[in-house]
Amino acid sequence: MLRIACPYCGERDQVEFTYGGDAASGFPALADADLDRWTDAVFIRDNPRGEHRELWQHQHGCRQWLYVVRDTVTHAIQSVVPARDASPAAGADGR
Amino acid sequence: MTHYSAFTLIRKALGANRGWTRAWRNAEPRAGYDFVIVGGGGHGLATAYYLAKEHGAASVAVIEKGYIGGGNTGRNTTIVRSNYMIDGNTRFYEKSLQLWEEMSGELNFNVMLSQRGQLNTCHSPAQMDAAARRGNIMRMNGIDAELLTREEVRRRVPILDFSDHARFPILGALWQQRAGVARHDAVAWGYARGADRHGVDIIQGCEVKGFLQEQGRIVGVRTTRGDIRAQKVGLAVAGHTSHVARMAGLRLPIETHLLQAFATEPVKPMLHCVVSFGAAHFYVSQDDKGGLVMGSDLDGYNSYGQRGDLPIVEETMADAKALIPLLSRLRVVRQWSGVMDMTMDGSPIISKSPIDGLYIDGGWCYGGFKATPASGWCFAHTLAKDRPHELNERFTLDRFRRGHQLDEKGGGPTPWAH
Ligand SMILES: Cc1cc2nc3c(=O)[nH]c(=O)nc-3n(C[C@H](O)[C@H](O)[C@H](O)COP(=O)(O)OP(=O)(O)OC[C@H]3O[C@@H](n4cnc5c(N)ncnc54)[C@H](O)[C@@H]3O)c2cc1C
Ligand SMILES: [Zn+2]
Repeated sequence: MLRIACPYCGERDQVEFTYGGDAASGFPALADADLDRWTDAVFIRDNPRGEHRELWQHQHGCRQWLYVVRDTVTHAIQSVVPARDASPAAGADGR
Repeated sequence: MTHYSAFTLIRKALGANRGWTRAWRNAEPRAGYDFVIVGGGGHGLATAYYLAKEHGAASVAVIEKGYIGGGNTGRNTTIVRSNYMIDGNTRFYEKSLQLWEEMSGELNFNVMLSQRGQLNTCHSPAQMDAAARRGNIMRMNGIDAELLTREEVRRRVPILDFSDHARFPILGALWQQRAGVARHDAVAWGYARGADRHGVDIIQGCEVKGFLQEQGRIVGVRTTRGDIRAQKVGLAVAGHTSHVARMAGLRLPIETHLLQAFATEPVKPMLHCVVSFGAAHFYVSQDDKGGLVMGSDLDGYNSYGQRGDLPIVEETMADAKALIPLLSRLRVVRQWSGVMDMTMDGSPIISKSPIDGLYIDGGWCYGGFKATPASGWCFAHTLAKDRPHELNERFTLDRFRRGHQLDEKGGGPTPWAH
């Protein structure tokens, strides 16, 4: 069982959270009509074997979106911060 | 090489079973080949087999980092079926099932295909409608399908929960008689032996660490046992496709996820077909040793870990008990997992890559065992002829860019939830 340290609620079991996928892929600006950039954002992933930046929502807790750095081989979690503080790609709704 | 038959069995038995020869050579890598297939699972071995046999390729190697069949081929729950609905999938999986039906004879190796039938249970009127629609589409494509009523399901599998307090009452089911299970290791061994007989080198304990590139073209692979040159390199590394393709500078529409499987202690025959639970993503069959083999959802977060986590153990057992209450009295004696390529639309990729000399067979999600023969058949064709077979022409890499996804479930690009 992963234990995710929510910055608001403390360390909780993974089953309280919903996975939101790769956090590295932010969407282009809505006015941007470039097909390649949109294909890349929607469908293409780095899918690293090792350090992965990803989103989780504390669904059964504070309902905040979190930005988690986790290793995809060992599953060890390096850091958890609120998604809105984490990266320009991840907005308040986790996208 | 020994031809296997009842006669050979008797003759060898009389000779105290001495003198059996190796089923395939353990080859040393040569300096170069026409075709190098990376990954010695069922798909890679089948590809090499059909390349040599159907396309007359004289110089083919399969390179496997561990031992053949040690990946998902040897870890899956062995369900074989062709109940697909979308154009592009239907005929491909039906071709695969037809190749399964001939496989033991074709390879002179018993893959123990058991066409015991598969039930997909329905638990609401809407699910019955969806099953009828799927069944009709299958039949229009010449694939067998039958819609069963609650009573017909009960006659076939009385141990399902037909009680008044069933959590998910069973209204009926979609039945495919020709579906079933097969012996997974035997598929890898049978194709390996067949490929070897046609001159393919099977090189185990040899990991691909990078690619040889010249003028933007892939001309071979770097391995833990030295460089191996190749006219064409084909990837069949299920679960590791992104990881290996990255070494050539490619990013793919794939995420790698965990799937677990479970087996109970052996009991007398009690489940005579494969059952898939329509109320959850759960499936179960009884293997020839008597154990019930079960699986359910993905673990749900990106992982290359090859070991499953507890939440899915709980979910699978809850599903099992909701569908077949008496399973709660059995002990689970084994649990394992594999890592799989989950594509953004849930359908596979058999395609040339944007880099010359590199070809990709991957993205099999949790359904690639049944695809093994057709995947090898189509990938061999694509490699040999430099264009897809008509059965895999929709499994391209660029379908995502063109908006031609093959999303059987209509789930969208959320591969962890497929
Ligand atoms: C638990 C579980 C249950 C499943 N149940 C079913 C089912 O019921 N029905 C069904 O149809 N499908 C099922 N599947 C899916 C199915 O097992 C796979 O899609 C299929 O076996 C893939 O075959 P393959 O030959 O491509 O992969 P594999 O057998 O995994 O072969 C890939 C090989 O590539 C090798 N490799 C990887 N990287 C390198 C490298 N760098 N260099 C050299 N070699 C490398 C690996 O060691 C491996 O042996 C299941 C999968 C799992 C994990
Ligand atoms: Zn919280």
